Amino acid sequence: MSEQIEVKDLKITAKDFVTDQDVRWCPGCGDYSILAQVQRSFPDLVGIKKENIVWISGIGCSSRFPYYMNTYGFHGIHGRAPAIATGVKVSHPELSVWVAAGDGDLLSIGGNHFIHTCRKNVDLKILLFNNRIYGLTKGQYSPTSEKGKITKTSPYGSVDYPFNPISLALGSGATFVARSLDRDAKHLQEMIKRAAAHKGAAFIEIFQNCSIFNDGAFDILTDKKTKDDNVLVLEHGKPMLFGANKNKGIIMDGAKPKVVEVGNGSHREEDILVHDEFDESPVLATLLAHLSDDPAMPTPIGIFRQISKATYDGEVEAQIHTVTDKKGKGDLEKVLFAGNTWEVN
Amino acid sequence: MKVEKEILELSDVTVRFAGDSGDGMQLTGMQFTNTTALVGNDLSTLPDYPAEIRAPIGTTYGVSGYQLHFSSSDIQTPGDSPDVLVAMNPAALKVNIKDLKHNAYIIININAFDARNLKLAGYETNPLEDGSLEGYNIIQVPLSKQTSMALEDSGLSAKEIARCKNFFALGMMYWLYSRPYEPTMKWIKDKFKDAPLIASANEKALMAGYYFGENTELFTTRYQVEAAKLPKGVYRNISGNEALAIGFVTASVKSGLPLFLGSYPITPASDILHELSKHKNFGVRTFQAEDEIAAITASIGAAFTGALAITTTSGPGVALKTEAIGLAVMTELPIIIIDVQRGGPSTGLPTKTEQSDLQQAINGRNGEAPVVVIAPSTPAECFNMALEAARLATKYMVPVLYLSDGYIANGSEPWLIPNPDDIPEIKVKFRNEKEGFAPYLRDENLSRPWAIPGTAGLEHRLGGLEKANITGNVSYDPENHEFMVRLRAQKVKNIEKDIPELEVTGDNDANLLVIGWGGTFGSITEAVARVRNSGKKVAQAHLRYLNPFPRNTGEVLKRYKHIICPELNMGQLARFLKAEYLVDIDSFTKIQGLPFKSSEIETKIENALKGL
Repeated sequence: MSEQIEVKDLKITAKDFVTDQDVRWCPGCGDYSILAQVQRSFPDLVGIKKENIVWISGIGCSSRFPYYMNTYGFHGIHGRAPAIATGVKVSHPELSVWVAAGDGDLLSIGGNHFIHTCRKNVDLKILLFNNRIYGLTKGQYSPTSEKGKITKTSPYGSVDYPFNPISLALGSGATFVARSLDRDAKHLQEMIKRAAAHKGAAFIEIFQNCSIFNDGAFDILTDKKTKDDNVLVLEHGKPMLFGANKNKGIIMDGAKPKVVEVGNGSHREEDILVHDEFDESPVLATLLAHLSDDPAMPTPIGIFRQISKATYDGEVEAQIHTVTDKKGKGDLEKVLFAGNTWEVN
Repeated sequence: MKVEKEILELSDVTVRFAGDSGDGMQLTGMQFTNTTALVGNDLSTLPDYPAEIRAPIGTTYGVSGYQLHFSSSDIQTPGDSPDVLVAMNPAALKVNIKDLKHNAYIIININAFDARNLKLAGYETNPLEDGSLEGYNIIQVPLSKQTSMALEDSGLSAKEIARCKNFFALGMMYWLYSRPYEPTMKWIKDKFKDAPLIASANEKALMAGYYFGENTELFTTRYQVEAAKLPKGVYRNISGNEALAIGFVTASVKSGLPLFLGSYPITPASDILHELSKHKNFGVRTFQAEDEIAAITASIGAAFTGALAITTTSGPGVALKTEAIGLAVMTELPIIIIDVQRGGPSTGLPTKTEQSDLQQAINGRNGEAPVVVIAPSTPAECFNMALEAARLATKYMVPVLYLSDGYIANGSEPWLIPNPDDIPEIKVKFRNEKEGFAPYLRDENLSRPWAIPGTAGLEHRLGGLEKANITGNVSYDPENHEFMVRLRAQKVKNIEKDIPELEVTGDNDANLLVIGWGGTFGSITEAVARVRNSGKKVAQAHLRYLNPFPRNTGEVLKRYKHIICPELNMGQLARFLKAEYLVDIDSFTKIQGLPFKSSEIETKIENALKGL
């Protein structure tokens, strides 16, 4: 009996990740849900001690995230979270290092750090809170805003083309690339846990509603009436079916994906493209990343691709061990007295 | 017929090697330097090379030079004007002739003085024939031809043979100055162990040059410079960048903190990254970042986890790191920013020296963002100042800006190697006790605790938003902000109690003080010594701490009627001293990408003394 009680007491719960700070996001902000899903999934992270978790952020609404997580945290400067996080991870590879960033933070001012972190496959978990707008500076278009968007800095419509974050992450070499929705609690928790389990640069794009400056941007994907027809949930080994009755699916028409009806005689479930998230080739994942470029096509969520590859921090650590084994532990005297020396008597 | 040659004893020689940037002049100069160090001379070097790696051959802007001053007594500078110039081509002659002493020796590779090279160098007539070199001692050596002859049977191509001529020149200079060739032979064997043909060709060229010196009638005299009487101990020749790099390895060992270097390659600081990348067996982690900002922010991340975190760069890089330095000020994390200064603004003069980042170092951030600023004054001192930077950063939980410069970074001098056991420990304590912990608690130095991720129960958040003292919670409270701004300033100011007082050398009862900082130390010291040797009274002080200043600085300044402040900028230190201590400063400046000549400062002092 007493043993059981002890186990129960020791079990970390979502509450243990809540800080004493008042959360200061706007009412209705998607960030609340993301925070809640992180706090709910973290007790389930296997083998990761609370004191070994570090949250790093840059600047923006979502970058207040670390203040609300009762772990080690660092609220950095604009765009630099992936670089700060890299320093943390490379110095202490045993830490579980998480980045919370908005679309402006990660893809505009911090774009360089983001792509290089992906390229190096640093073992970081990067959560992109993508609301397609600048919130904290009060409503300017962002690098993920759709072209033609009317904002304070684009009263006649923005003339910028947006980034496709999934495609960017894949192209930059991230080894785990996924997408989820702030309002799909279950799915988001699943993605967080899967990212945590991945060893390497893990990227989750989370569509997040900004209730003040871009309200309803993702309604079509979250509204009960429309979501089934517009969201394609990617699951490894499963056919890409969607629609309320799973009556629509994706097939390949040459090199182009196409939506077909399933079950009305023309196509059977066996004809439908099956998702392989472990595909070594990034081709399928990239096609899926661009699926919704066509408004007639559904928007995929889930894991686009994850592959196993040595991490930057792991390689740095391994090299230190290899060199130390070969040369022996550093001897200060040898370094100081290296090269040509001479003695004066 | 063997010529008997007289040996002349000299106390002091300044040699400059000059040629195309592809002629291997830096290598030749460094070999001559290492051998000269082994002979026991005191020495000081000045490499001077173009920003372009291989500028068009034969042009004046492709000329690379290496100057070495060696002596049988204690010296401070690489010499004002060379006694000897080795000019590998007309362009090298043209660029360097203006710096030479009257009746200096010019050893010329006569084979390179053809119509084409003369034209490339911009000579309308051949200086060897038009009388323009009158007053110099010209020695015309068929250097290319002799090298080709020596390497006829080497199996190398004509192009490869031509590349060996620097070793011929080196061998010849070894003979001329009675230096042993063996250290360079050993170096060649080691360096080219995987290319035996090249190794043997370079060895042959070196020896051919040496014996050419002995046998030619061009040289009638041979010179000798006795070993200098340096303090007892084991020495090595060391550049500022090397000394700095191994200084931080030592700081890592002495503090028990793993060294983390975040850096992006930039001239003239890259050598530090190169050097530290070799020391992985000390647990050194070098992160070659995607840019300057990533380099420093990764270092801040590393400091958060308890590393001895440094970032190396030059002026343009510091400009990019500015915001991040402010973050380190706010989060009160110990990082060390090393700025190896070069000519600015903007890209400026990447390979030339300047001291024009002092204002940037002290004031160049948004908000009230004080950091500690220190500056070594000689190449060897870069070692000690690395230890000092690490001590201050970790003791006070504060960023330290370390101002080196291109002159001391690339220049070298003999270094009395310390016994590693005599170097004091750098005491660092991480917070472990959960009881009573708050991230912005203060100790007697106003430092906050260093609690690192992985420590159970001390989970806390840092960040760039203003913090409430003690709790570290985000605070927009007006009184708290003023309190914290003043606290951060006071913390840095208090460091004046923990650093040495400003020392005055020379004449205590002088009316004139020369005060400098950083790499101008050698030129100033030599100038002051010369004036004092002529029987006049001069005092000298040199600042190694620029923020805070040593606690007695004001008192020292007020003792003198006249204060000269030589700087390689437009008078930045002079302005800080005037503003801080309300004293009159005679600012003496030079902004040519070159160090001061001692004679320039000497003349300045002489003129000032006349007016007193």
